[in-house]
Amino acid sequence: MKNKSLVSITDYSKDEYLKILSLADEFEKSQDSSILKGKVVATLFFEPSTRTRLSFESAVLKMGGRVIGFSDSSSSSVTKGETLYDTIKIVSNYCDLIVMRHPLEGAARFASELTGIPVINAGDGANQHPTQTLLDLYSISKTQGTLDNLTIFMVGDLKYGRTVHSLLMAMSQFQTTFHFISPDELKMPEEYKYYLNCLGLKYAEQKDFSSNIETADIIYMTRVQKERFSDPIEYERTKNAYVLKNKMLEGTKDNMKVLHPLPRVNEIDQDVDLNPKAYYFTQALNGVFVRQAIIASILGLK
Amino acid sequence: MKDKKLEVSAIENGTVIDHIPAKALFKVISILGLDKFDKQITFGTNLDSKKLGKKAIVKLSDTFFLDKEINKIALVAPQAKLNIIRDYTVVEKKVVEVPEEIIGIAKCMNPKCITNNEKIVTRFQVVSRREVKLKCHYCEKITDQEHIEII
Repeated sequence: MKNKSLVSITDYSKDEYLKILSLADEFEKSQDSSILKGKVVATLFFEPSTRTRLSFESAVLKMGGRVIGFSDSSSSSVTKGETLYDTIKIVSNYCDLIVMRHPLEGAARFASELTGIPVINAGDGANQHPTQTLLDLYSISKTQGTLDNLTIFMVGDLKYGRTVHSLLMAMSQFQTTFHFISPDELKMPEEYKYYLNCLGLKYAEQKDFSSNIETADIIYMTRVQKERFSDPIEYERTKNAYVLKNKMLEGTKDNMKVLHPLPRVNEIDQDVDLNPKAYYFTQALNGVFVRQAIIASILGLK
Repeated sequence: MKDKKLEVSAIENGTVIDHIPAKALFKVISILGLDKFDKQITFGTNLDSKKLGKKAIVKLSDTFFLDKEINKIALVAPQAKLNIIRDYTVVEKKVVEVPEEIIGIAKCMNPKCITNNEKIVTRFQVVSRREVKLKCHYCEKITDQEHIEII
């Protein structure tokens, strides 16, 4: 993986996922490290994402590296009309690795082809956010002790949610059974179901969230956003139908965990937070270890 | 009464491209750059076709294409057939083949794709050939046949 950019979750093989997860586990166990000493990582956030940026920067600092960059395009030369092409060409001279988020889809792939230094995609529009997927895998593996043969329920916006698409692609290599719970307007796109069919993996779809969740090992919640609905009345009708409440967790499996890429709005009731099955805040913490693992392996330090 | 039927005469030497979907004719013209041609060209469009409903046909005098060149039209006319004419006789029949990768011809239909916002040569992987579907190398979104726009 040395010097290999991470733009899309499919850039890594199953073995590479597993290598990252085991490295993340090492970083979680031994917090002290200075392997990134003397290295400079640029975090180029052309659109703000505080959580992702801080998680990356924390990962770099924990390994003794240094960070340069900007947190939104208004504080960069983009406002002067500089192209992404020029920005990447210039920044490449100043750092060993680029972490970038960009509102346009494909921006990270383009950047990775412009420079000899590796690029980590920290989100390109609605397209890819591979480090989120790897931290999801880490969270699943850690709570379940394995990634194989699990049953994952995906709930909410399955049409536009890039996290569920990438997670589906990654987990499809581990004999996962999927359940898709969403309103009609936000169903899992056909191309992903076709992909699962090709692999011979089982999946089920349902509209109703209250029933049938007792077989889940993981419930992966997503936000149902108002702007995704063509009909505002339809939104009003559905918005409360995909909210997880503590009471619904009665009868679910003991090993079951609730995941959410965050930020949440109201789709997980606060009364779930105290339930030991709620894992989304720890999931966010795992992001730091996983990003340490990704950075260290791309820079060839692990 | 005089016969008012317009005859499209046969060509002596050149290429006839048949079975172009009528609505794709102008895309074919632009892909092959026929608007800048100085050879004799005859077009016919909205002709009845059992296979396509309405089809178009292009006859190009004294023009022969390389496979690589002509295969570009497979994007908009995947069922097009070529007749190579020499001395008023069809000497060869060819079908077009959709290439595996399309570079620099088509536009990605995703307005949020980086290729529509910076100066980048587009690149697609062909993921379906019968009904052409292109997967953008950059934004990973699919552009289907109906939405293929030629640059």
